[in-house]
Amino acid sequence: MATMTMAAALNDGLRHALDDDPTVVLLGEDIGQLGGVFRVTDGLQRDFGVDRVMDAPLAESGMMGVAVGLAYRGYRPVVEIQFDGFVYPAVDQLVTQVARIHYRTGGAVRMPITVRIPYGGGIGAVEHHSESPEAYFAHTPGLRVVTCANPQDAHTMIRQAIACDDPVVFFEPKRRYWVKGEVSDELVGALPLDRARVVVEGSDVTLVAYGPLVVTARDAALAAVDDGLSVEVVDLRSLSPLDLDALEVSVRKTGRLVIAHEAQGNAGLGAEIAASITDRCFDVLKAAPVRVTGFDTPYPPAKAEDHFLPDLDRILDAVDRVMGRVHSLTGWRAS
Amino acid sequence: MLRADVSVTRARPKNRPLTGDLVQLLTPEGARRRDPVYDPVVADVDDEQLTALYEDMVVVRRFDTEAVALQRQGQLGLWPPLLGQEAAQIGSARALRDDDFVFTSYRENGVAYCRGAQPADLMRVWRGTALAGWDPRSIGMATPQVMIGSQTLHATGYALGCVKDGVDSAVVAYFGDGATSKGDVHEAMVFAASFQAPVVFFCQNNQWAISEPVGLQAQRPIADRAPGMGIPSIRVDGNDVLAVLAATRVALDRARRGDGPTFIEAVTYRMGPHTTSDDPTRYVDAADRTEWAAKDPIARLERLLKLSDERVSQIKEKADSFAAAMREACYALPDPEPLSVFDHVFVEPTPELLRQRSQYAAYLAMFEGDEH
Repeated sequence: MATMTMAAALNDGLRHALDDDPTVVLLGEDIGQLGGVFRVTDGLQRDFGVDRVMDAPLAESGMMGVAVGLAYRGYRPVVEIQFDGFVYPAVDQLVTQVARIHYRTGGAVRMPITVRIPYGGGIGAVEHHSESPEAYFAHTPGLRVVTCANPQDAHTMIRQAIACDDPVVFFEPKRRYWVKGEVSDELVGALPLDRARVVVEGSDVTLVAYGPLVVTARDAALAAVDDGLSVEVVDLRSLSPLDLDALEVSVRKTGRLVIAHEAQGNAGLGAEIAASITDRCFDVLKAAPVRVTGFDTPYPPAKAEDHFLPDLDRILDAVDRVMGRVHSLTGWRAS
Repeated sequence: MLRADVSVTRARPKNRPLTGDLVQLLTPEGARRRDPVYDPVVADVDDEQLTALYEDMVVVRRFDTEAVALQRQGQLGLWPPLLGQEAAQIGSARALRDDDFVFTSYRENGVAYCRGAQPADLMRVWRGTALAGWDPRSIGMATPQVMIGSQTLHATGYALGCVKDGVDSAVVAYFGDGATSKGDVHEAMVFAASFQAPVVFFCQNNQWAISEPVGLQAQRPIADRAPGMGIPSIRVDGNDVLAVLAATRVALDRARRGDGPTFIEAVTYRMGPHTTSDDPTRYVDAADRTEWAAKDPIARLERLLKLSDERVSQIKEKADSFAAAMREACYALPDPEPLSVFDHVFVEPTPELLRQRSQYAAYLAMFEGDEH
């Protein structure tokens, strides 16, 4: 056990992956001597060499396509996209190639590619540096989409993602890179990559969050205790496939569902979760599921991002809505 | 001095005649041209080997014609004819070793034949019974790419893997003139040059991207693009199988020696439609076609080799029998099992896919016993 930041945990997880498997190759912009703009790959090129930790030309589609070729040859590439908003040039290769070469070839060629993407807002960045594009990838068959919310999961999940024989889009909540926590190296007995985890037990409302908002959701659950409410917080972890069984267990217990994410609400993860859980748990639902998300706008300028990002109060307001409480500010249920 | 010698404002560009340096060892009239640079590279190619290349081209043209007929008869959904491009495909593919790997576009059925694709393999995708014709690793050839130019990056990545593995295998990326406008092709050349990847960029400039003439893609010979990226290029008569073989050998040797990528522009002509769904009479100038028909890759080898009637008929027989086997294999291909659509999305199916699969199985079961 050691205490480390999420960024350091990711670094150490990558180091383990490079140690464990000689076919693991890192590819990204500025990941070598600089160690990545968030220093997640700090020291890895020094220790593993330029052949395994490769600074790539400034071309995201190029990196993704080259990763496909490396995977064809039996390698296990880990591609770093420097910022969420820079992934779009790589979407073509990700969606038309990475996601479906295994399917296309009838299982003959696997694409064990991990795509690391620092994502989400809250760091006062310029445009294209605060996006949450996870729904695009969750919509794409053949891609696993995951995200971590604490240093331990960061450490474990990046190793699981790299070891996974499917392509994994690995979202890293950049505003939590500096959150510290205890980290163990142990993989045995770790929760599988595609499973959600209950991080706060409760009985009145199920609050589903992932990535950067898990911390916020825990804080909200704590604050709700003062209001006499027992909120169960589920850290989704896997955005595709969804661990609907775990969500169903929780909602069958609470009868109420709130989903929180930074990404825009329209056709987002929250919509899919609300629909799927309504389908499974209609008989026990006491209220319609409530989503608390970024607005259906482009990401706003940094000085306005606090209005866009769901925070503790907006999450609590959503909890009030799903409870049918009259003092909800936004609920159409309130009079 | 201005580098652009053309007006960018003109309306529809015309395909221009071939000019400039073009490697050619066999003239359209069937004469052997001497070339001090490329002759030594193919010094070992005797009449017997030339005849083998001729045979390949005859077989490929024959099954290509058969596939067009199968499409016209409703047996295939689509077919992209390679008519006219036989020399470009055979000359390059026959330069390869078994341990080399190729990433192609969808028109490279001649390349697939050389790599060892079986008659049924050539039919699956176009009949619509599978998304891939073969296991890529079994014949050293990736599933032909439908997206334009994407495969050039895959080839580059694979080539980097060869270097990491410490082997001297090389990779060929096949693409067309239209693909040279794509970002991925440029990115592939940048990556290949930066990392000195053992990859050959083999562009078949067949003058057309569906209806768009090459003049819409490039204002200079396509081969001119590569040197700016630090990649030497060769412009070769793509209808001259010997010259294509020579150029590809030179490029492969460079790759194997660790000298990095080479770009080859094989100048050829698409004598047929883009695919069987296309109508080239709407855009092709008949005179163009006549001009290129005179440069036919197979005819020029016939003029050179002057094979006996017996040899010619042996070859024709082989071509006919491959085409017949292909037709038979086409008819015999079973439709996919309905539930197979759920297979191989992931290495292990997810719970949700298993749920959808079993629900659909139950749905289908309701119709069992019905007349279809």
